[in-house]
Amino acid sequence: MKQVLEGSMAIADGVRMAEPHVISAYPITPQTHIVEHLSQMVADGDLKSEFIMVESEHSAASTVLGASACGVRTYTATASQGLLYMEEVVYNIAGMRLPVVMTVANRAVSAPINIWNDMQDAMAIRDTGAIMLVAENNQEAYDMHIQAFKIAENQDVMLPVIVNVDGFVLTHTFEVVETIDDIEKVRQYLPPLNMEYKLDVENPYSFGTLGEPSVYMESRYNLYNAMNFSRNVIIDAAREFKDMFGRFYGGLTDSYKMDDAQTVIVAMGSVLGTIKDAVDELRESGKKIGVLKVRSFRPFPEDEIVSALKNVKNVIVLEKAICPGKGGILSVEIRDSLFKHKINSVSVNGYTLGLGGRDITPKNIYDLVIRAEKEENVDGEFVGLSQQYL
Amino acid sequence: MDFKVGIIAMPGAALSNKTGSFANEVPVFKHKTCTGCNLCIYFCPEGVVYGDKKTKIYDFDSDYCKGCGICAEECPVDDIEMVLVEK
Amino acid sequence: MLTKEETHNELFTMGHTGCSGCAQSMSVKLIMEILGKNTIATSATGCLEVFSTRWPESSWKIPWIHSLFENSAAVASGVEAALKAMGKKEGITVLAQGGDGGTADIGLQALSGMFERNHDVLYICYDNGAYMNTGYQRSGLTPFDAYTTTSPSGKESFGNQRPKKYMPEIAMAHRIPYTAVASAGYPMDLQKKVKKAKSIMGAKYLQVDVPCVPGWKYEPKYSVKLAQLAVQTGLYPLFEAEYDKIISVKKISRKVPVEEYLKLQGRFKHLFKDEAGRAEIEKIQKIADENIERFGLI
Repeated sequence: MKQVLEGSMAIADGVRMAEPHVISAYPITPQTHIVEHLSQMVADGDLKSEFIMVESEHSAASTVLGASACGVRTYTATASQGLLYMEEVVYNIAGMRLPVVMTVANRAVSAPINIWNDMQDAMAIRDTGAIMLVAENNQEAYDMHIQAFKIAENQDVMLPVIVNVDGFVLTHTFEVVETIDDIEKVRQYLPPLNMEYKLDVENPYSFGTLGEPSVYMESRYNLYNAMNFSRNVIIDAAREFKDMFGRFYGGLTDSYKMDDAQTVIVAMGSVLGTIKDAVDELRESGKKIGVLKVRSFRPFPEDEIVSALKNVKNVIVLEKAICPGKGGILSVEIRDSLFKHKINSVSVNGYTLGLGGRDITPKNIYDLVIRAEKEENVDGEFVGLSQQYL
Repeated sequence: MDFKVGIIAMPGAALSNKTGSFANEVPVFKHKTCTGCNLCIYFCPEGVVYGDKKTKIYDFDSDYCKGCGICAEECPVDDIEMVLVEK
Repeated sequence: MLTKEETHNELFTMGHTGCSGCAQSMSVKLIMEILGKNTIATSATGCLEVFSTRWPESSWKIPWIHSLFENSAAVASGVEAALKAMGKKEGITVLAQGGDGGTADIGLQALSGMFERNHDVLYICYDNGAYMNTGYQRSGLTPFDAYTTTSPSGKESFGNQRPKKYMPEIAMAHRIPYTAVASAGYPMDLQKKVKKAKSIMGAKYLQVDVPCVPGWKYEPKYSVKLAQLAVQTGLYPLFEAEYDKIISVKKISRKVPVEEYLKLQGRFKHLFKDEAGRAEIEKIQKIADENIERFGLI
């Protein structure tokens, strides 16, 4: 059924279709509408879940950790400071190989305090061992949440999955979203969670034991391997979703007008909409330009990126995050991927835009396309600063 | 052991760890004045003391006893004595 | 009658690496005898977690999980919610455990949340009065004038300068159905309180005084004696409360001067050097006397 839905409602409805047993959260802008919608669904009897409104994000993540260890499907959502506060628990959930799904309504990190969108929060937790997907629009956010449970619960993955959605830009805007009417079809796509090891009085295992030097590295290696393996699982989950529900947004990456492109813009999340519009304009004026969307940030789609970019001249990476003391993050990883494959003919230019909710305009993109033709391997340079505040 | 799901231990697997090697002293149950109060069982931090209230015969598991001496200290009738372990 | 074979069936088994004379392992053993096999337990980071689950070993014969230092109560909230969601809560006790630091310092927020939401969870704090697992640093439950490695005694100090935080009263302030204080020195009293807690729906708090051989610096054989002296001096009042009302106290059978308790422990030996130390012992006696008065221990 096609409906005009707020992004948060689309996400909540996607989560409802996955029928999690336990949901736990703590409010933080711009995640609030998601958990408000979910609590209303529980209050109305439309979702049979234990909904626990806890006293902090740390406890939200800890509560779903405990519930997940009992073998039930779990969900939480947060943003920004909340995600940073949860971080040690996210590491722990991943280390214990628990298939928790969570939404991050991406938001800037304090100080200065700022409630608007960028991706610095997500970048701060990129090494936790959680799979990190990024949705481009409300429809993809809806679909991606259903896929996320399938990926997390795969027996050879068993890792938390974080679905990143741009705060406000997606969570608070209304778009047409096609929702799934038949929950039986979702149940077919997403069978009940079946955990081999769980907290169960009939089979009383000990979880979270002390891993001494003789075993800790192997434990991390297995997590690392599972993360690598999840690449196939993410692609399969997207394909199977397409077969059953008709919608597809790429597996780990997606291409837009890439066939003969000499210049390619790489980005994640909602900014891809603006980029695609700008690229359409540039194409009309004869520019050979395309877009590469990164849909899975962790695991990193190295092979897909290399094969998409190896024959182009210029790559422009639009990043809503910065690594102080270095520069770009996504751009550095792309440059490293090409270097590893001995491709040195491509100039990878990383630009920092849109921090703390600063608009990214089509004009920004036109300017960068011209700049990038003259520049080489820019490393996270800030774009569009107001000179008066410097 | 399956590592795929993080490191998980089997129930009670610690029994394979014979902590008796910790002990410098071990108890001797003299069986002279024992009243069968069971305090030695209650107070053993390891749970290695066993016996029978009725027969008033008690003993301990030397595979695990760490030799803390609480049983001897707390015995209300001084019927337990700690002796050095010959190593 | 208890046979050697039966001792191996304890739900908290021997073979752990706790110190010789550890009052915490003694208490856990006694507690598990009452709670039984239909129990799911969480543990905060700390001695108990480290000495009972060195992979691949585990002393637990019940489902058990350790996550982090400060989230034992939150993890237990999730366990309880999952059991409810599966319709399997009936007949299963959810036990959350932590040391004094994991409970009253870093874990206080998660614990307060669990209390306030009134999850059907029994939270047990094993109070040994400092961060013993990391090497005897002070916590919010370290007693007045105790030496720890971060509240050392010296020319300018008699050790920990603040009185012990009264954690059970913080629990009671949440109006949870049951709060109790017990001691490793009184195993029947401890087991009676665990039994009662097990029978009550909702959030329960039990704090157990567990002397620590290396942290308090005494001979291992004195663990029980010290736990009993803490009670008999009035320094560790044992009581039960329902909601905000105290319903029973363990009366002191023979009042003992605090000196008897302090002198057996290396963490108080700096108080026995001179006149100034004697004055400090008087202050500790005052704390005990105030407890006796306030809780009606005599």
